Amino acid sequence: MAPVVALIEHADGKAFDTSLQTLAVARSFAAGQAVHALVLSSPIRLDLELGRNAVFALANDLGHYGVNVAHIAEHEALDSFAPDAWAAILGQLADQLDATAVFAAGTERGNEVMARVGARANLPLATNCIAVSAGDPITLTRQRWGGSLLEEARLNSTRPLVTVAPHAVPIETTEAETKVETFTPQLKEQELVVRVIEHVAAAGGGVSLAEARVVVSGGRGVGSKEGFAIIEELAGLLGGAVGCSRVVTSAGWRPHTDQVGQTGTKIAPELYIACGISGATQHMAGCKGAKRILAINSDAEAPIMLNSDYAVVGDLKEIVPAISKEIRANRGHAG
Amino acid sequence: MRVLVCVKRVPFTGGKMVLAPDSMALETRHLGFTISPHEECGVEEAVRMIEAKSGESVVLTLGPAEAAEQLRDAMALGVDRAIHLETDGSEWDPEATAAAIIDAIRADEAASGPFDLILFGNESADSGGFQVGLRVAGALGRPCVTGLKKVTIEGASVRCEQESEGGRDVYAVPMPAVLTVKEGLNLPRYPSVPGRMRAARKPVATMTPTQAQARLELASLVVPAGQGRRAEVLGSGPSAAPAVVEMLRKIGVV
Repeated sequence: MAPVVALIEHADGKAFDTSLQTLAVARSFAAGQAVHALVLSSPIRLDLELGRNAVFALANDLGHYGVNVAHIAEHEALDSFAPDAWAAILGQLADQLDATAVFAAGTERGNEVMARVGARANLPLATNCIAVSAGDPITLTRQRWGGSLLEEARLNSTRPLVTVAPHAVPIETTEAETKVETFTPQLKEQELVVRVIEHVAAAGGGVSLAEARVVVSGGRGVGSKEGFAIIEELAGLLGGAVGCSRVVTSAGWRPHTDQVGQTGTKIAPELYIACGISGATQHMAGCKGAKRILAINSDAEAPIMLNSDYAVVGDLKEIVPAISKEIRANRGHAG
Repeated sequence: MRVLVCVKRVPFTGGKMVLAPDSMALETRHLGFTISPHEECGVEEAVRMIEAKSGESVVLTLGPAEAAEQLRDAMALGVDRAIHLETDGSEWDPEATAAAIIDAIRADEAASGPFDLILFGNESADSGGFQVGLRVAGALGRPCVTGLKKVTIEGASVRCEQESEGGRDVYAVPMPAVLTVKEGLNLPRYPSVPGRMRAARKPVATMTPTQAQARLELASLVVPAGQGRRAEVLGSGPSAAPAVVEMLRKIGVV
C-alpha cells in the first residue's frame, strides 16, 4: 500500500512541535498505511559531526511519533531556506513513493512550501486543518479567521495536500521501527532563485512579545500614544512585554511589532492583561494561546469579558496605575 | 513601472461570529466590509512605488458587485485603475480564484505590457488559504517571495524582508516578480476627500469569469465551542488593585 508523507521542520537537532502534531493527523489519515517523513539537511551543517549526528538522531526519534521511514534529503543548497527547492524535493519524494497524501505543519514555511507543491503539481491544498478523513471525497475540518471559525470541507484530489493548524491538535506518541534513508535530490537552478541570502537579527532589548511570560496590552481605551506610559510601567514591573490591538497600530500609537492579533503576533503567555480592548475576533485569534486573561474594561458587557478568566470593570487610566502602585507597595513590605 | 495589487473584500467581524441560516457564510447584514488587512498594506505599497518611480498601478479583485467599494477605496488612496472579476458572491476555492486572476493578468499584460511587480496579501483574513499568490506566480513562471514586511526596489531586482525567528530573512529576486505582503509593511494612509472624488472617475474594467470546478469545496461553517470563560470579576475601579495583586501572586507572576 502506498504511504503518506510528512514534511518535518526542525532546528538545533529538534523537530518542531508543530511537525509532531502534524504526524498525529497524518497517522490518523493513513489508517494503517506507512507514514514516511522528509527531513531536509545541508552537508555544510553535516560537516560538523555533531550536526550530522543530531539530524540522524532526530530522524531516528521520529519512530516515537509513528514514522516508519524517515528520508533525509542532503543538498548543499539547503544551507539556507529556498522554498521552491523544498517544494521540489517534497514533490519528488511524493512522486517516488506514489504518496496518497502529503502533510506539513501550517507554519509560515509549511504553508508556503505546500502552496508551491500544489502550484507545481496542479493539486489542491487545504491549509490549517485540524482533522482529515480519507474517502472519496476526503472530508476535513479547517480553521478560518485565524481559528475563530471552522470550516467543514470536501477535498477532491488523488493526492491531497494538507497543512495542520499549529497547536490545535495534540502530539501522539507510539512505537514504530524507523528506517532512516538518505538521498541527494536533484535541484534546478530556477528552484534556487528565491533563497534567503541574509539574516538580520532583531534589535535587542526588551522581552519578546511571542515569548513573554506576561503581556500587558492596550487598546482603543488607552486613548493616545502617551497613554501607553502606564501600560509600559505595569509590563516593566511584571517583567513582561507590551502589546496592543490593531486599532492602536492603525492609529500609529504603537509599532506593528507590538500588535497582538490575527494579523499581528500570536502570543502564549502565562498571563495576558488586556486593558481597554473590546475583544474583537481579530484580536482574540492572537491571544487565545494565553493561559489566563485579565480584562480591564469600562464596559462590563464587552466581548472580551466572555473570553477572560478575571475582570476589573472601570477606567483603566485609574486601575492600571493603582495595580502598579500596589505591586510596588507589596515589594516595599517584602524588602 | 507597472504594479498590480490584488485585494479581497472581507467583513469586519467585530466581537462575535454569527452564521447565516444556511451556515455557508457569515451573517453580514449588520457588518461593514473592508480590504483584507495584509492587502491594505499592499495597496499602500503599490501607490508609494508609483509615486517614487512613476508608471501605473492597478488594483484587481475577484468578488461580488459590492466589491467595487473596495476597488474605489484602493483608487482613493492613489491606485490608477481597477479590474473587477465579478462573481455571484459565493465562495471560490483558491485554485479557481488563481485561475481567473491568471487569465485577467495575461489579458491586461497583452494589452498594456508586463507588470514589474504583482502584490498579494500573504493570506486572506477570512478563508486564509495562503496560496493564491503562489499559484499565480507559478503559472506565470515568476519568482514569488511571501510574508513580506519590507520591500525595496534595487535596479532590476527587489530586496524582500520577511520576519523569521529572532529577526528577518532577506531575499533578492529579479523583476518581474510576485510578492505576498503582511500588515506592518507600512502604515496605510487615510483616503483624502479629493482622493475619493478622483477615485469616482477612475476606470473600472468589469468582467465575469467562469468559475472552475472547485476541488476544495466548502460544506458548512461552524462556530467553535466558546472558550466559555465567564470572567471572575475582581472588583470595580482602582479599589480592585489589592484583589488583582492577590491573584497575580496566586498564579505566580509577582
